Amino acid sequence: MSSSSGPAAAAAAAAADSHRKKRRKIEADDAEETSRGRKTAGAGVGETTWRSLPQQRLYYTRLVEALSRSRRSSSASSAEAQDAAAASASASASSPPSSGAGEVRGIADRVLATAAKGRSRWSRAILANRLRMSRLGKHHKKARAPTGRGRLKKKPPPQPALEGGARKRRLPAVERRVKVLGRLVPGCRGISMSSVLEETSDYIAALEMQVRAMTVLTQLLSGAQQQLPPTTTTTTSGGQIGSGSGSGSG
Amino acid sequence: MSSRRSRSRQSEGGSRISDDQIADLVSKLQRLIPEIRNRRSDKVSASKVLQETCNYIRSLHREVDDLSERLSELLADSDSEQAAIIRSLLM
Repeated sequence: MSSSSGPAAAAAAAAADSHRKKRRKIEADDAEETSRGRKTAGAGVGETTWRSLPQQRLYYTRLVEALSRSRRSSSASSAEAQDAAAASASASASSPPSSGAGEVRGIADRVLATAAKGRSRWSRAILANRLRMSRLGKHHKKARAPTGRGRLKKKPPPQPALEGGARKRRLPAVERRVKVLGRLVPGCRGISMSSVLEETSDYIAALEMQVRAMTVLTQLLSGAQQQLPPTTTTTTSGGQIGSGSGSGSG
Repeated sequence: MSSRRSRSRQSEGGSRISDDQIADLVSKLQRLIPEIRNRRSDKVSASKVLQETCNYIRSLHREVDDLSERLSELLADSDSEQAAIIRSLLM
């Protein structure tokens, strides 16, 4: 139990240290932005970046990678489940897809949030929520779903009388709508109105990019399905498309 | 007016955010919402812009959900062969 200062321990400590430093730097940046009142730095990556082609290609590539990774691991885990003949504890580390669409959505959101590089509140909230949900385990899968609390429509406290008549509160209509907006954008409840609006414009641009990328991917996949003949489970090694195997010519 | 602005920036989350700042951000949003952008009218109230923004975000969410569903179907249908082909095309 002596504090081993071996090279391995040192390397591990250094790695952990750099992780901590990175996290601290991100937190420091965040704190800095908060102190500056989030003029424009808080807006995150800036909407224009989401529309750039390199950014879109990057997201697209990462999305495809993540999707194929999840499919590989899910098929592996399902194979394991078949081998184990059910009832055995799920030893597979990867989470088997309970609902395919939900999983795809989760992956798409995660990759999108990662692309923001932690510079926007909504992206951090998405990643934090996923972390929380994975920690809670599959039983509480929907425990902290972001839309859960939105159902509770608490009546806003009735607008108090004008304080001394000096400063009216913001127009209730605008304030109300900004609050609604804050519930739609992840991680934007209970923050200042200007922050909500900043996060919103960034979030919208990111969502549009997400839609574009997923649309392209969907078209690609559905197009591929139409062109390629439906693959059966027979092995296709050496078999040619459209021609029987082994039939001699003429 | 500039003093009001600086004061409003310091008070995070307070109700002293300047009108101009809000109007600025709202007009920025206005340009992003296709509904309003296509109407070409500058006289859209802030409340309307925000309402359309909420609707737009909801519709984007729905679209992502639909696409996710289609994608999950396509990925489940397509065999590993097709997925491998596509992967090799893309990377």
